[in-house]
Amino acid sequence: MFDIFQHTIPLDNWIAVAVDWLVSNFRPQFQAIKMPVEVMLNSIDSLLLWLPEEVILLAFLIIGWKTAGWKIGLFSIISMAFIGFTGLWDETMTTLAMVISAVVVCVLIGVPLGILSSRSNRFEAFLRPVLDAMQTTPAFVYLVPVVMLFSIGTVAGVIATIIFSMPPIIRLTNLGIRQVHPELIEATYAFGATKRQVLWKVQIPLALTTIMAGLNQTIMLSLSMVVIASLIGAGGLGVPVFEGLNSLQVGLAGIGGLGIVLMAMVLDRITQAMGSKKEEE
Amino acid sequence: MADDSTSAGERLRVENAFKIFGGDPEPAFKLIEQGETKDAIYKKTGLTIGVHDATFEVYAGEIFVIMGLSGSGKSTLVRLLNRLIEPTSGKIILEGQDITQLDTKGLVDIRRKYMSMVFQSFALMPHLSVLQNAAFGLEVMGVAEKKRNERAMDALKQVGLDHVAQSYPKALSGGMQQRVGLARGLAVDPDIMLMDEAFSALDPLIRTEMQDELLKLQEGSNRTVVFISHDLDEAMRIGDRIAIMESGRIVQIGAPEEIMRNPADDYVKAFFRGVDPTNVYKAGDIATTTQVTFPLHKAGLRAVRQRMNEFDREYAYVLRKDRSFVGVVSLAKIQETLEDETINSEDISPAFLEGIEAINQEATLQEILPQLYSYECPVPIVDSENKYIGTISRHLFLKTLSRETNIEEETTEEA
Repeated sequence: MFDIFQHTIPLDNWIAVAVDWLVSNFRPQFQAIKMPVEVMLNSIDSLLLWLPEEVILLAFLIIGWKTAGWKIGLFSIISMAFIGFTGLWDETMTTLAMVISAVVVCVLIGVPLGILSSRSNRFEAFLRPVLDAMQTTPAFVYLVPVVMLFSIGTVAGVIATIIFSMPPIIRLTNLGIRQVHPELIEATYAFGATKRQVLWKVQIPLALTTIMAGLNQTIMLSLSMVVIASLIGAGGLGVPVFEGLNSLQVGLAGIGGLGIVLMAMVLDRITQAMGSKKEEE
Repeated sequence: MADDSTSAGERLRVENAFKIFGGDPEPAFKLIEQGETKDAIYKKTGLTIGVHDATFEVYAGEIFVIMGLSGSGKSTLVRLLNRLIEPTSGKIILEGQDITQLDTKGLVDIRRKYMSMVFQSFALMPHLSVLQNAAFGLEVMGVAEKKRNERAMDALKQVGLDHVAQSYPKALSGGMQQRVGLARGLAVDPDIMLMDEAFSALDPLIRTEMQDELLKLQEGSNRTVVFISHDLDEAMRIGDRIAIMESGRIVQIGAPEEIMRNPADDYVKAFFRGVDPTNVYKAGDIATTTQVTFPLHKAGLRAVRQRMNEFDREYAYVLRKDRSFVGVVSLAKIQETLEDETINSEDISPAFLEGIEAINQEATLQEILPQLYSYECPVPIVDSENKYIGTISRHLFLKTLSRETNIEEETTEEA
């Protein structure tokens, strides 16, 4: 039989060459990108670690209570206190700082990209496979280039987290804006609105619920990257899980895992309540 | 035609406006020149003709109704007026300025200063309160919050909704929501308010109420309303003039009675089936001057009788010199009066039929039904100064109702 695959494409070599080329030519640029993320991450991390635990616990109670009612407020403070009592307070604060930093970057980049793709079908068509790739490419594949470009450490972990968790906020910003009833847009133009007025007075306010759902998803995804980020030297709750895995300490991995789950639930309830609250108005 | 000046009272003029959807319009224009129909052009080129050569003027203070079935292009046409849809060719001249030539900035300016729009689906902002919705046009214009809330409140008062200013649209009924839409349109104090099937989504009772509301708002106002409707009763009720559209063309423009009396083609005629003509026609529209009239100062009983016999008429209508109406006499009554020796035969007044009063020409046919029924003679119709316009007989009334006959013959301008 004729073997159609006897000649193969040396794609693996090409990728290796491309990454090498990127690393040897653009490492300084990538290091520059890293700077703002690093500054933000370190300041949030130090702030959270500097603040007394009681203050942070109280903040969780109040934020949970104000946004989602007293039940969630109570749930938040109990969960966070519980994590503290397992001895992982500092790791939790680092993870929180990583999540906040990653999410801030995701919003700053993702919302404008979402707006852009809501306005141009062509841009949306171009962006969609990129987003698919960002969400489905196994993190292990890009961990190596990330390390090569950004070195190891918590910042590199945050950058890997950003890549993985940005798609939902882009997709849902795009969706939210596209779902705004065309007649409302038409009415706004009929009264002499500019494109910018249509965006800020109608599209963004009406898409906000959907955008908040995207934010919620982005936060959840960024938490799910915590353990993987610890593989490249990021700190936080991933570390006890990773260490427990390496040294077969089921208990250590268990409390690390539980900490991640509890934090995810707290952040999920709070951000979900923020989204649906907008809708009720 | 190149001259963009406007005649007195004219607010908006549309000249040869076309809208062709679906790509390069040139092939469609060529086929239009060859006289092809809309459907044939669509089959050959895939291009849809939304508006075909629309030309009309709209005047200050009038309600101009554009009427047609769905797909006739009326919604497209109204959107050409504020360029929510770009005309493919033609001119839209607002207060002497061709707005099709404006750039985005100029267009935004025109929309803010001169126009507003009311939509079939209300198109209220769900995230804004009733007051904020009413103030929306002003907000877009950049009017300061305090000022715009005052003006929005005034507009809400005009439509009777100031008491729900702080509610949100979804808490209101459909009729109330559209009042908010109306208030939003009024708040910017537009020269032209475009209303796209504004009342079509409302149930019939509320719709009539809103029509009355609109008529009331227009009283003494210089604001022009361009109203899109598929409902002839509505068009007849509120329209000062009506343009009827069919497959993108305006097939007829005129006052409601004019169109009804003299429909341009079968399409227009078809609209009027099912319309109650007694609500549309006014007495003055159908009154004829076929009856004998006689000047009061010459009206001796014998002279009048002779005249009536001459024209073979049962009744004569006695008018003063200025043609103001005095009374009606019948042959029978004259005969009876002449037999009474005590009466001076030169005085006609004893021969007047009792209880006959002239009807104002503005009354609808519906309103003169009692007189038609009870008067033995054709009902005399006068204008607001009591000047004789003509008469309406039962026969003429019935003929008007059966619109298949050519009414025109009966109502030629004899006056």
